[in-house]
Amino acid sequence: MAERLAVKKTYKLYVGGKFPRSESGRSFQVTDSKGRFLANAAWASRKDARDAVAAARKAFPGWSAATAYNRGQVLYRVAEVMEGRYAQFVDEVSAGEGVTRAKAERLVGEAIDRWVWYAGWTDKIAQVVGSSNPVAGPYFDFSVPEPTGVVAVLAPQGSSLLGLVSTLAPVLAGGNTAVLTASYERPLPAITLGEVLATSDVPGGVVNILTGKLSDTAPWLAAHMDVNAIDLAGAAGDSAHARELELAATDNLKRVVRAPEAEPDWTAEPDLERITAFLETKTVWHPVGI
Amino acid sequence: MTDFEYAPAPESRAIVDIKSSYGLFIDGAFADPVDGASFKSVNPATEEVLADIAEAGQADVDNAVAAARRAYTRTWSTMSGRDRGKYLFRIARIIQERARELAVLESIDNGKPIRESRDVDIPLVAAYFFYYAGWADKLGYAGAGPDPKPYGVAAQVIPWNFPLLMLSWKIAPALAAGNTVVLKPAETTPLTALLFAEICQQADLPPGVVNIITGAGDTGRMLVEHGDIDKVAFTGSTEVGKAIARSVAGTSTKATLELGGKAANIVFDDAPLDQAVEGIVNGIFFNQGHVCCAGSRLLVQESVYDDVLARLKRRLGTLRLGDPLDKNTDVGAINSAEQLARIRELSEVGEAEGAQRWSPECELPDRGFWFPPTVFTGVSQAHRIAREEIFGPVLSVLTFRTPAEAVEKANNTPYGLSAGVWTEKGSRILWMSQQLRAGVVWANTFNKFDPTSPFGGYKESGYGREGGRHGLLSYLRTERD
Repeated sequence: MAERLAVKKTYKLYVGGKFPRSESGRSFQVTDSKGRFLANAAWASRKDARDAVAAARKAFPGWSAATAYNRGQVLYRVAEVMEGRYAQFVDEVSAGEGVTRAKAERLVGEAIDRWVWYAGWTDKIAQVVGSSNPVAGPYFDFSVPEPTGVVAVLAPQGSSLLGLVSTLAPVLAGGNTAVLTASYERPLPAITLGEVLATSDVPGGVVNILTGKLSDTAPWLAAHMDVNAIDLAGAAGDSAHARELELAATDNLKRVVRAPEAEPDWTAEPDLERITAFLETKTVWHPVGI
Repeated sequence: MTDFEYAPAPESRAIVDIKSSYGLFIDGAFADPVDGASFKSVNPATEEVLADIAEAGQADVDNAVAAARRAYTRTWSTMSGRDRGKYLFRIARIIQERARELAVLESIDNGKPIRESRDVDIPLVAAYFFYYAGWADKLGYAGAGPDPKPYGVAAQVIPWNFPLLMLSWKIAPALAAGNTVVLKPAETTPLTALLFAEICQQADLPPGVVNIITGAGDTGRMLVEHGDIDKVAFTGSTEVGKAIARSVAGTSTKATLELGGKAANIVFDDAPLDQAVEGIVNGIFFNQGHVCCAGSRLLVQESVYDDVLARLKRRLGTLRLGDPLDKNTDVGAINSAEQLARIRELSEVGEAEGAQRWSPECELPDRGFWFPPTVFTGVSQAHRIAREEIFGPVLSVLTFRTPAEAVEKANNTPYGLSAGVWTEKGSRILWMSQQLRAGVVWANTFNKFDPTSPFGGYKESGYGREGGRHGLLSYLRTERD
């Protein structure tokens, strides 16, 4: 029997719960670590970036108002669906990052487990960072964390799945919606994650994924007046570009997670920094009396 | 209504000894500026020149930062938290001991009523130092890891509306966390900060831990752009806050920014109206409206609009404007000629854009900078007086029909510092406080502050918090910093 001819996938953007091509009509070649052709991916434009921001803004009221328990369940479900795509993620991470299958398996496993870790924070973070404040007067005074809003996430360039999860999941756990730019050279795990999100219970628009050159979308996201915060992880190692982006972000005083000098080791244990970076503290006062 | 006449009841200024000139407080001692420049601080209620104030130039800024760096390296970062705390407790106690003096001086230099400086500003200053003193030896419990570290040298720039209170919000947590500071007070209100420098001397605070340099915007810019600082904390305008955010972009310096606001104060038809009117007055006329979190946009539910306006106007007719040192004064002087000009300009724009202006009958003193309590009605969301921070005793009144419309209007601003809600319905209070995109929500109260209570903005009102455990975290490094 002749060997079956495979059906190849068209890799597209993930915006507003749908999978559009870039409005620019452009694509770019994705290769493995040895330069062999893997796929043509959509080359997102600044218009795509703006559409993604509009979708994220539209999704924000619903996602941010969902109960913490519900957000935790929805995010946990994402990990379940990721597990079902385990082999595909291993193939993509191994090809893109040029690591052995065994190493890729460890990275994918860690990425799924990290997603679970963050999913569990949705209904705990308010108790850890919120407070009841013992003011000197007859008032009940409490502080609660609230999501910052729409967050632009420049996902790491090197770690195409674990780094991606480590930057995206904390944004969602806090109740924000996200516009994410995937690793330029290794975008396939991000697109596959988009398919995971589309087939789990995450509402459309909560996560929007752009592929292509950072320089075509990141400056517009950094300067966008309806984006509230930006994680510059994907600009690690390019301090001049990171500074430009941080400067653009000052126009509406975005909260900025700065780019490190070099991409960090994403297998290190995470902490709360990336959750709290995209939370605002709200303090409420009310008189006490009879 | 019977009019009661009040005899003048001025607080004596004899307790304050204002020197004819003040130097810069660097490395534990007062020094003349290197290039000898100075400016004058005036009493805004009388336009009397109070003192010559040194104007710090680049060399002075360098000296102050170097002193703070030495003190950080040699003294403050190696001292136990317990001892750092004891210095802060000492300072808190001396502030309490010299409270009358500080209150009188604050009212003379700033123009705020003595009732406010005596009963609000200075007691809170002592409370902030007392609160953060206790944190100094408990940093491992603050939520920044078991052994958190300070940043190092903090550059702090503060405004003129609550001169000494803003100093306490900056210096107390910074020192408790183990940082040393260079602080620049506003050019129109430097005197209480310079008296605070003397308090540091009385407390035997090691030289260089607190440095106070005076000057205007240029001095502030030299300070926040200095290459050897690790942390910037600024309270002031959103415009300057953005400039600071640009200046630290691409560096490792962290910034805390507490900026402008255009708060909505929302009155529902079931609110206790007399209390709400008191809250409206406190929200916008406290401290002459020189308050970043002032309730400058009054949103009134249509069904009670006439009633609320009538009560508000009647109440404003009883406000007493005049000598800040008079214990009966409710509304003091505008802080500077420049600020008065801005308030006048925006008020004229309000009229030109079609809003109706009203002020109670109110005699203004001949000398000094004064502006009567002013209410604009017929204001639309597009009017500049509904969008821009006036930072004066000017209230814009808008109306709404439904809670959703109130939320929509309240959040329709690039700012997000504070908001007020007045209603007797508990569930509505909690729902509104969830919907409002603002860092502080006062429900059935307004303009309350406490050292344990985190304060700071959403959106373009800045980032970082001051007060409480959250405020302490603004001065502690996270593991990744």
